[in-house]
Amino acid sequence: MRIVIIDDSGLRATVLEEGLREAGYDDIHIIPPRGGFVARLERMAPDVVLMDLGSPSRDTLEEMLTVSRALATPIAMFVDQSDDSMIGAAIDAGVSAYVVDGLRKERVKPVLELAVRRFNAFARLQTELDEARTALSDRKIVDRAKSILMSQRGISEPDAYALLRSSAMNQGKKIVDVAQALITASDLLGGGV
Amino acid sequence: MSTGTTSLRIAYLPLTDSAVLAVAREKGFAEEEGLSLDLVRTVSWATLRDRLLFGQVQAAHMLAPLAIAVTLGLSQHPAPLAAPYKLNVNGNMLVMAREFALALDPDVTARLNDPLGTAHDFATAIGLWKRKPVIGVVHRFSSHAIMLRYWLASAGVDPDRDVLLRVVPPSLTVEAMRGGEIDGFIAGEPWGSAAVEAGLAEAVAIGERIWRRGVEKVLAFRTPWLEENPQTVDALIRALVRSAAWCDDPGNHEALAHLLSQPHFVDQPADLILRGLSGRIVARADMPPVDMPDFMLFSREATPFPWRSQALWLYSQLVRWKMVDHTPENAAKAGSVFRPDIFRRALAESNVPIPGASMKVEGAVASPLAVGSKRGELTLGPDRFFDGRIFDPERIEDFLATF
Repeated sequence: MRIVIIDDSGLRATVLEEGLREAGYDDIHIIPPRGGFVARLERMAPDVVLMDLGSPSRDTLEEMLTVSRALATPIAMFVDQSDDSMIGAAIDAGVSAYVVDGLRKERVKPVLELAVRRFNAFARLQTELDEARTALSDRKIVDRAKSILMSQRGISEPDAYALLRSSAMNQGKKIVDVAQALITASDLLGGGV
Repeated sequence: MSTGTTSLRIAYLPLTDSAVLAVAREKGFAEEEGLSLDLVRTVSWATLRDRLLFGQVQAAHMLAPLAIAVTLGLSQHPAPLAAPYKLNVNGNMLVMAREFALALDPDVTARLNDPLGTAHDFATAIGLWKRKPVIGVVHRFSSHAIMLRYWLASAGVDPDRDVLLRVVPPSLTVEAMRGGEIDGFIAGEPWGSAAVEAGLAEAVAIGERIWRRGVEKVLAFRTPWLEENPQTVDALIRALVRSAAWCDDPGNHEALAHLLSQPHFVDQPADLILRGLSGRIVARADMPPVDMPDFMLFSREATPFPWRSQALWLYSQLVRWKMVDHTPENAAKAGSVFRPDIFRRALAESNVPIPGASMKVEGAVASPLAVGSKRGELTLGPDRFFDGRIFDPERIEDFLATF
């Protein structure tokens, strides 16, 4: 079974490809949805095409599936109305799949389920990365605000932190927002550290 | 209105003609009707269609021909869709690479105002081009593709043979022009203006000059959902009617352009969006704008009213281009996608003028015409096709025989 993954994100496609290989599929190709991707896809004659539901190029792909014979009578995978939870899971995960009509459902279903799991795993990974990045930059901001307080008011680090925390609580704000405001004010007053 | 708030999820594509939905939410028109709108930004028509069909949203900002195609089973999973409200008429623009446009009338105002002459010049330009020109359309089942085909064919150009139509999502059109993947495209605003502004293309034809009142986007529902939720549907229609009146008011165009320019809506510069809204079209970079007062309509002339004859005209074009066979069943299905009955029901208690009829002969109104209305004055604008053809929805076969 030849599977083509159309995806912009190198990392997500790799995550999916690895999963498919582990599951024993070995005829896998990745194409980014740019330029003449339709012609490349046509030459590959895949049995299954997987694509990110959030890609604007889905319309281009569907048009090509309509006018060319790359996939004989291709159908979108989640048209299988009998399985509502599968449809929901695929849409939530952002997976769309097109398969050759006639390819037995039992053969395709594991591929799609795997794609859904891997897309979800990738989304989690992305969220965690974003959170880690935010946490890191938040910490830098708080550290800078602390050092401003320490040098301007001659207090210790724990006291500087306690001061930030109590101002945040009094104003109903996040510590990082109070810290940012302090840095901005300090920059404006020319007292930057 | 009943107490409490009903939440509705509506999918849309980032285009200027999603304005009525954006304003219904942002200016409180939906809230006044007890609705809380969750607008779901979507980047492809395929995904918008899937979100609607599989119940992730209750309604969608949809290409009118796509709603008909889904109902006829021409676009993946078949499902009956219902469109009780038109979100706009007009608003499309065909732009072509400047080199291609060299073969057309250099006076762009004259070019845009003479679509018949320009179609013939375009046919000549195809001959002069070194290869088949590649023209981007946003979807097979788009008003844009249907108008482009209609226009090209009038000059003897076979759109399936003499040019290459390539589907390019609106948000990638400018990039595709820059990369030389397409020689031009027809799309909703602000994308034509964005390509002109970037110096990549110039305006070649305006949708409004091809069909003076061309159907564009509709508000589409799954028919069973529409039937099961009459109060919510009616409340939404009432909210949209007021929102549309706000959007049509020239005094609001600047604020509207600003609203739509935000990243979670169209995410393009406000001055580009304003061109389509105000009908001041810059046809070539660094040129003064050309006045096209009917470039895009949201409200006046009962724009939102879904004339069944308009759905049938779109259907006739799908038949013409062999996308569907003409049978009485197919015609009935296509016509029934537009739901003037629901529009009337929703506004029964209002003072909004509503046409008394549900069908009209399309292309027959040459100058503003007062028509029968349930109440108040209603004037229809000119709805001529540029080639003078007239579509009688009762005689589809005769109309098809003229092509």
